[in-house]
Amino acid sequence: MNNQTEKPSFLLARVDKFITWAQKNSVWPFGSGLACCAIEMIATAASHYDVARFGMEVFRSSPRQADLFIVSGTVTNKMAPVIRRLWEQMPDPKWVIAMGNCAISGGPFPTYSVLQGVDKIIPVDVFISGCPPTPQGLLNGLIVLQEKISEQHPTKFIMKDRQHD
Amino acid sequence: MAFKEILLNMGPQHPSTHGVLRLKVALDNEVVMKVTPVLGYLHRGMEKLFENRTYQQITPLTDRFDYLAAISNNLGYLLAVEKLMGIEVPKRAQYIRVIFTELQRLASHLAWVGFFANDIGAMSVLLYGFIEREDILEIFEEYSGARLTVHAFRVGGVPTDINDKIIDMINTFILKLPKRIADIETLLTGNRIWKHRTIGVGVISPEDAISLGLTGPSLRSTGIKWDIRKDIPYSSYQDFQFEVPTSANGDLYDRYVLRLEEIKQSMRIIRQALDTLPQGETLTKVPRVLKIAPGEVFHSIEAPKGELGFYIKSNGTDKPERVKMKSPSFINMQSLETMCLGNLFADIVAVLGSLDIVLGEIDK
Amino acid sequence: MIEKLENYPLLKQVYQNLENRFAGALLGATFEKDELCVTADRSNLISILEFLKNDNGFNALNDMVGLDNMNTKKEGEKRFTILYLLYRFPGSARIRIKVDIDENETLPSIYSLYRASDWAEREIYDMFGLNFSGHPGLTRIYMPDEFKDFPLRKDFPLEGK
Repeated sequence: MNNQTEKPSFLLARVDKFITWAQKNSVWPFGSGLACCAIEMIATAASHYDVARFGMEVFRSSPRQADLFIVSGTVTNKMAPVIRRLWEQMPDPKWVIAMGNCAISGGPFPTYSVLQGVDKIIPVDVFISGCPPTPQGLLNGLIVLQEKISEQHPTKFIMKDRQHD
Repeated sequence: MAFKEILLNMGPQHPSTHGVLRLKVALDNEVVMKVTPVLGYLHRGMEKLFENRTYQQITPLTDRFDYLAAISNNLGYLLAVEKLMGIEVPKRAQYIRVIFTELQRLASHLAWVGFFANDIGAMSVLLYGFIEREDILEIFEEYSGARLTVHAFRVGGVPTDINDKIIDMINTFILKLPKRIADIETLLTGNRIWKHRTIGVGVISPEDAISLGLTGPSLRSTGIKWDIRKDIPYSSYQDFQFEVPTSANGDLYDRYVLRLEEIKQSMRIIRQALDTLPQGETLTKVPRVLKIAPGEVFHSIEAPKGELGFYIKSNGTDKPERVKMKSPSFINMQSLETMCLGNLFADIVAVLGSLDIVLGEIDK
Repeated sequence: MIEKLENYPLLKQVYQNLENRFAGALLGATFEKDELCVTADRSNLISILEFLKNDNGFNALNDMVGLDNMNTKKEGEKRFTILYLLYRFPGSARIRIKVDIDENETLPSIYSLYRASDWAEREIYDMFGLNFSGHPGLTRIYMPDEFKDFPLRKDFPLEGK
């Protein structure tokens, strides 16, 4: 014990790896519920499935404080501009999960008022199929997203913005 | 203080609007003068879609109406179709339907208590309510494979019989639930803050309630005893003994007490149905391609949120000419303004929570 | 017609009252699957509903249904049908009033009788493009204001135009 404290303890890591490690373990989802999938999202956050095990329990009600947008449900044409605007209001770096078949492709509603896939208006990182996906499905999607985050370079978003300019 | 009208916008993305509802609120300082709901952010064109789907294909789509009480939607739609076809469902299937719709009512009410308390600021009740709700969803999963959008029934009965394992699960759950309800009551019923936020808030008179077409617990909280399970029994509800709780004040607290009482009555019904479950068939033979002779029918059931009715017009083909859904949330939502006028701005969220709205059902 | 109602004393009474009051004005009545449906003309709709509400106790409007009969109507019939589903507390009686209407015609709003008709009429306006005169604010309820078509008309495709 004593021997250990006498030595100054330190950790060696690359800064980019360290940042992605921090990002992946403290994702703040945006608590935006659209339709049926939102109920399963709440169930995932509630006591039985407890998304806090993955560091994601901080559901924010404002897009300005969140970095993960879970599009949980049907996006209608009337709602689409709102979704786009909410996504634009989220600060970088940000990720999007399309939860459920409606968000992926319109699902069972090939109708005049439903947007056929949320990836037409915002970029999506992870698709989770199901109608609605079970909480296990959502958790799996969140873990996939964590893996994706850990493989990304933290400067990716800055570079992307420059390219747009 | 001088009158100064303030216009505020709530939603469509707001943590307390239960989905994608938008409210335009006019305030005099902090007193509500006018509330205008703007709907349609979840309008999925269901009724148009129904006209392009066969009768059997519509059943799973009804799950997506009121996604907190999918089985009630299945039952409402199927009873209307069966009435239109004039077929009789076997007694055992009727009892199984009753068991599952009552379980669904429990799930819906438990979720409601949680959301309502969460809207007022008591977060822990949501977590309590969801523990028990999860048990119900596990029963559904065991029965049909799905948790939320269950598609539990078919035209002519139920697809599979319930086995001993499911009966055991239901029995265990029924034994466990009263203690949990007692926990929720301990947290809320006598709580001074809770009473302060709910008693005398969101009051509606019986006359207004009838004129606005209010149904379900919101109507019964004004003292009108009106429950379709009792008044126009369907699916063998006449075989069971249960009370229809009412209260007199028509405020939020009454609606809360009433729903907890309804949970207890539902447990009574489930117990009776399990004890007296008849033997026999569970599915009537119906043709694979349902072609229904021209006719029209309206049938309504008592869903957790109020009267859920289906108007179906057939035209001799395998697809309906028109399906119109009378959704309880849509009707109840209309009364929001009447309930909110003169209350404080913060009470809008509480009143909205008490109405038990589901946007999928309002916007169709 | 009246024989069919033999086992339903309440509905029989209501139907007789209606017949006595509006002798020739009722265009027809059917009783199928325990549901009484009375066809009325657009001109005396309000007086029939008033009579049902004030003198026969049908105090609640259950729902309003719009129908587009484009594919099923015969020559000379009107294209749209509006159904008023009425309900009576207490007594559990239902009645359906049916009114045929053409595209360019307007129906009187029943908002003054049943406040529940507010959104129901807006929904029919939004979905079928039918007008109700005297409604306090007849605007689209589901679709955005800039939407031009009426989705539940039979000539509107499911996927939209």
